[in-house]
This record gives sequence, C-alpha cells and structure tokens, in this order.
Amino acid sequence: MTITLDSIGENQKVKVVSVTGGWGIRQRLGCLGIHPGDIITIKRSAIMRGPILISVHGNQVALGRGVAGKIIVEVE
Amino acid sequence: MKIALMGQPNSGKSTIFNHVAGYKAVTSNFPGKTVEYTLTKFKIFGQVIELVDLPGTYSLTSFDLAELEARKYLLNGNVDVVINVVDASLLSRSLELTLQLLELKLPMVICLNMIDEAERKGIRINVEKLSKIFGVPVVPVIAVKGKGIKELFSTAYKMGRKKKITKILNFSKDVEEVIEKLSAQIKEKQISKEFNVPERFLAIKYLENDHYFMENFKSRDKKIFKEINDFQNLLKEVHGRPSDVVISSERHHLSMNIYESVVSLTKPHISLIDYLDNTLMHPILGYISLGLIFYLFFNLIFGVGKIVEEPLLDYFYKLIPLLGKSIDSGTLLFSIMSGIIQGLAGGIAIVLPYLFPFLFGLAILEDLGYLPRIAFLLDAFLHKIGLHGKAIIPFILGYGCTVPAIMATRILESKRDRFIASVLTTMIPCAARMTIIFALVAFYISPQAALAIYILNIIVIIISGKILSRLLPEITPGMILEIPAYHIPSIKVVLAKTWLRMKEFIFVAWPLLIVGSTILSLLQYYKADMLINNLFSPLTSLLGLPFVVGTTLIFGILRKELSMLMLIQAIGTSNVAAVMSTTQIMTFTIFIIFYVPCVATIAVLWKEIGSKRTLFAVAFTFVLAVILATITRFVY
Repeated sequence: MTITLDSIGENQKVKVVSVTGGWGIRQRLGCLGIHPGDIITIKRSAIMRGPILISVHGNQVALGRGVAGKIIVEVE
Repeated sequence: MKIALMGQPNSGKSTIFNHVAGYKAVTSNFPGKTVEYTLTKFKIFGQVIELVDLPGTYSLTSFDLAELEARKYLLNGNVDVVINVVDASLLSRSLELTLQLLELKLPMVICLNMIDEAERKGIRINVEKLSKIFGVPVVPVIAVKGKGIKELFSTAYKMGRKKKITKILNFSKDVEEVIEKLSAQIKEKQISKEFNVPERFLAIKYLENDHYFMENFKSRDKKIFKEINDFQNLLKEVHGRPSDVVISSERHHLSMNIYESVVSLTKPHISLIDYLDNTLMHPILGYISLGLIFYLFFNLIFGVGKIVEEPLLDYFYKLIPLLGKSIDSGTLLFSIMSGIIQGLAGGIAIVLPYLFPFLFGLAILEDLGYLPRIAFLLDAFLHKIGLHGKAIIPFILGYGCTVPAIMATRILESKRDRFIASVLTTMIPCAARMTIIFALVAFYISPQAALAIYILNIIVIIISGKILSRLLPEITPGMILEIPAYHIPSIKVVLAKTWLRMKEFIFVAWPLLIVGSTILSLLQYYKADMLINNLFSPLTSLLGLPFVVGTTLIFGILRKELSMLMLIQAIGTSNVAAVMSTTQIMTFTIFIIFYVPCVATIAVLWKEIGSKRTLFAVAFTFVLAVILATITRFVY
C-alpha cells in the first residue's frame, strides 16, 4: 500500500517509494539521506498541521507538511 | 599554502578553525550557521598556511546562498588541500559529499570528527580501511576537545606538499559508460576549462541537471544543450527515473556500501540528554517549555542587570559633581569631560549589565541545539505569516544583533522568504534595543511593562508578516531541516562566543557612545542642539515627548543604544522618571524599537536584499514606529 508520508502516524516505519515534486526538493531530500528505497521512522508529528520529525540513517530531520506530502512511502 | 575546510553543515568545521584562529568564527549547534567564509593564517613546519572555513554544504549541488558560496570558493579559490570534515556519527550520509569532492581531483584529507559521539551511538569505524578505500589519509578528531587537530594539519600539509591527486570511485557500469561518453564530448568542446573543473565532474553535474552549470549553456549553445539532454534521457530510459535521481541513488549506494564495510555496530549508550526531546519536542509540553525557557531567560537578564546597574549608575553620577569642583561648570572643558564620563558610564553601567547575561544565555541555547527544535515547534505558526520554520533562526539571532541575523536569512531557499524575513528581523529588538527596554522600561516602570513590549513587538511582527506575505503571495518552499543531537555546551566555548559578540559592543559601539556624548555636549554648549530639536519638533510634539528628545533620535540611527544614553544626557539627569512620565518613557521606547534600523543594519540589508527593498524597509519601519508610538501616547 502506498501513501504519502504526511498521513503516517507516529512511531511507524515506512519505506520510501518515490519523491514527487521538482528537481530541487528531490535533491535536497537526497542530501539528507532520503532516496527511494530508504527506511524512515516517523518519530513525532507536531500539532496544527505542523511538521513531522523523522529518523533516517540514524539522523533526525524535520519536514514541513507540504514537503512530507510529496514523499510517497510504503508501509512495511 | 591554502587549506580549505569543507564538509556538511554542523560537522564541526568552525570548531576546528577556531582551534588555530582563536575564537573567530561563531560556532553553534544548528546546521547552516556559517554563511560566509572566514580566513586565518598560521604556521606549520615554519611555513605560513592560509586556512579557510567554508559554509557547510550537503552536496556540491547548491541550493542556498551559503552553499553556493562554499562551492564557488572551492572551484576558483586556488585551494591547495581540502580537509573534508565528516561527522563520524553520520558517516554514511556524509560520505556522499566526500565522493563528490574526490571528483574535483584536489589533494584531500578526511577529518573524521566527533568520533566520541559516533562511539556513543555504537558506530565503530575502521579508519585504515576507510583510508584505503578512498586513497586519502583519514584523521580521527574530537574537535571540541582539540584532540587530533595537530595531526590533522600536519597530514594536510604533507598532502599539499606532495600534491597527490585523489583517485575516483566508480559507479555501476552502465552509468559509468554514459559519464565517459559525456566527458569525452566535454573534453572535445573544451567546456570544462572555463569552469576550471575536471571533465568528469562537469559531466556528472550535467547528468544531475545542476542548474548553475546548465544555465550557462541554455542561452549560448543550443547544440551542446541538446546533447546533454540526450544523455540525461538515456539514463532515464534505462533506469526509469530522472537522471538526477539515478546519479544520487548511485552515490547513495556507493557510500552505503563503503559505510557497511568500514563500520562495526555495537550497542549505543543512551544518556539522559537523549530523553530531553520527550519534553522539549512534545506537542503540548514542548510549547509550555518554550514559554517557560524564555520567561526564565527574561527574568535572568533583568535580575542580573538590575543588581549591577543601580550601584554603578550611582557611582558614576557622583563623579560629575566632583568634576564640577575642579573645573568650572560653565566652560567648554567641563562640557567635554562630562560628555566623556557619561559615555563611559552608559557603556559600563547601563549596557553591559544586560548585554552579558543575555549573550551568555543565548550562547547556551545555541550550543545545546535548542534553536532547530524551536523551528520545529513554530513551523506551523510561521506558515501563517508566509514563511517556514527555518525562518525562526534569523529571528532568534535577531535578539542578539540584527546584522548577523540578516546574514542568517541566507539559509532560506527563496528570495521572497529572505526578503520578508529580513524586514521582520529588523523589527526584532536586538541586544542594543533590549538594554533600552530593560534600563528604561523595566527599571523605571516595571518588568511586566517590559515583557508587554516584547509581546506587543511579536504581535506587530506577526501582523507585518501577514501584510508582507499578502503583498508577495508566493508559496514558501517548505521546511527541510536537520535536527542535530543535543550537545552539552562547553563553558569555555560559551564564554568565548559571548566575548566575541561583546567585543562588537566594546570596540565599536562604546567609542561611538563616548564620541556621541561628547558631540552632544558640544552641541549643547554652542546651543546647536536647539536647531535640531526644532527640526524634530513636529515629531516630538506628535508623540508628546519632551522637546530635547529630538537630537537623541538622530544618534539612534548610528546605534540604537545611543538614543537612550543621549536621552539621559539631553534631559540632564540619570533619573529619567523625574523628567519624563511613564507614558513618555513608553512612547519613546516603542518609537526607538521600531523606527529605522541602525546604520550597520541598513548596510547589510543593502548588500543582501538590494537598495530598493532596503529603502522600503526603512520607510516601512519608520511609518510603523510613528503609528505605534502615537497610539502608545494616547492609549498607555
């Protein structure tokens, strides 16, 4: 089942399928270790449609809702 | 010999730099604090080395101005050796930049920083094996403790002497074939010469669709542009993904493979500090802690400042009557002398008592790593004013000094975001204005009134942000921000940073204060201040302020704290409350906080957002200040 990252609840593990959106966002996410095939854990989700905090390759990254909505993931 | 420190954001480049330079580059625990390069010179083996600290960059494809600056410097800065600073606790990701640096074919050393942190996380790295794979020396370092720094620079020096060029690690076969073909084309047409980079590097950048290198062609040579496009499509067809994703995935896999072959994982040590986020980033407790931390911070500044200000002021104002005993108070000499004393007193008794605790506290929050957490908590709110979470970093730095805060807007990706954030940053009460709020309002009215000014200020910034984002209705790109692990701040570093920032006040502002007070004394002696006061009388009477305040407003454009100190001199007493009513004190403070940024701020705005937008910012803040101060006069 594929779904966008912003609709995943806290403490779930997912696998990145692809990143929609343009060249810029793909590259910037790639730099932080988010590529198709990578495993992400959702650690926190801020209130009021705020950002989500993920853990990827042992590192924490905050992603705004809009950005998270462009990451297509697969629930393991 | 020129050595450059290059690495991903927050990998410790500035910390290493400061070990040889003394504390010159500001270090903090958040990604992207270095936005400009800093140079220093030192000697090793009797030879002068020029060391440059570059802004952190995740890759050699640049997305913000700071990253662009790092790349530009590396490509045309005649660098002899690159020290690639790697955060060992984030090895797999960091190696992606290392792979790109190899492509530049420069002598290189890998600096494996924070190995203690990596071991704490259970990552043990086989240094020799890593060095063998990359064909470059690898030096383990703990920069905060100064461990391994000497060895790092002597290794770098030797590499520079040998001029040994790095080898290149290959991608998979089919990708390599495309790269080779494109490189051959580039070589034939001699394109890479004008960029001063190796052909292979340029070929990969084209396959990655790097905008900077692409733009150069679009307008000039359509034929080559088309050829590049064909190569991009070739990769896309075979892999079913855009060519830039193909390259970044290749690099990712390569570095993951290297990572797995050099790292042995052990059990991580979990310490108390790892649980801090359970409170500080909690959806409810996080906001309560945020409010509490700033409330305590506010009280600390006021508490310390008040204790020190009162006796010091008393002491200095006993000096002037003493002076009157030895010099006739009607003379020019007396005017000048009392001007100098008042300038000195202003610095020591009024500004420093509040400045030090503030800068000290800010340094602790920065080094702990709290700022990116605030960005996380406030992202949703910042979207309401058309920005995203990262904009909070220049805002918070703005409470220290507006100049570096405006420079920090470089971490924002879009031009529009940088403009809005810059204008709003000018309205944040910097440390200079903070001393006015504390020394006038908190001291003479009440701490609650001072707190109210801060709250009012935030409300005005929110409204202004809404107006500006309505005028420029573009969608902010959204936040992508690394949240680094907490670090327990080192007292030594915190003090060094506080001192670095205080130096700005002591060596720039203070002499200006003394000169300013002397000029004011002279103006008063020759009665020239009346002229200026007359000129300002429409404004001072609109705001209901004493006539003599007029002159002080000019000084405020030089440095904000000058206004207050000149005020004390202009009204002729240190006991402001005896001459001005609480309403007048409040009106004066509100006006000073918002009206026209100081000269240094105007200069940096000019550089960062251009002349027109700077003039807009000046006009906007002036109008705002008049409106707010007038309202204060009648409402408060």
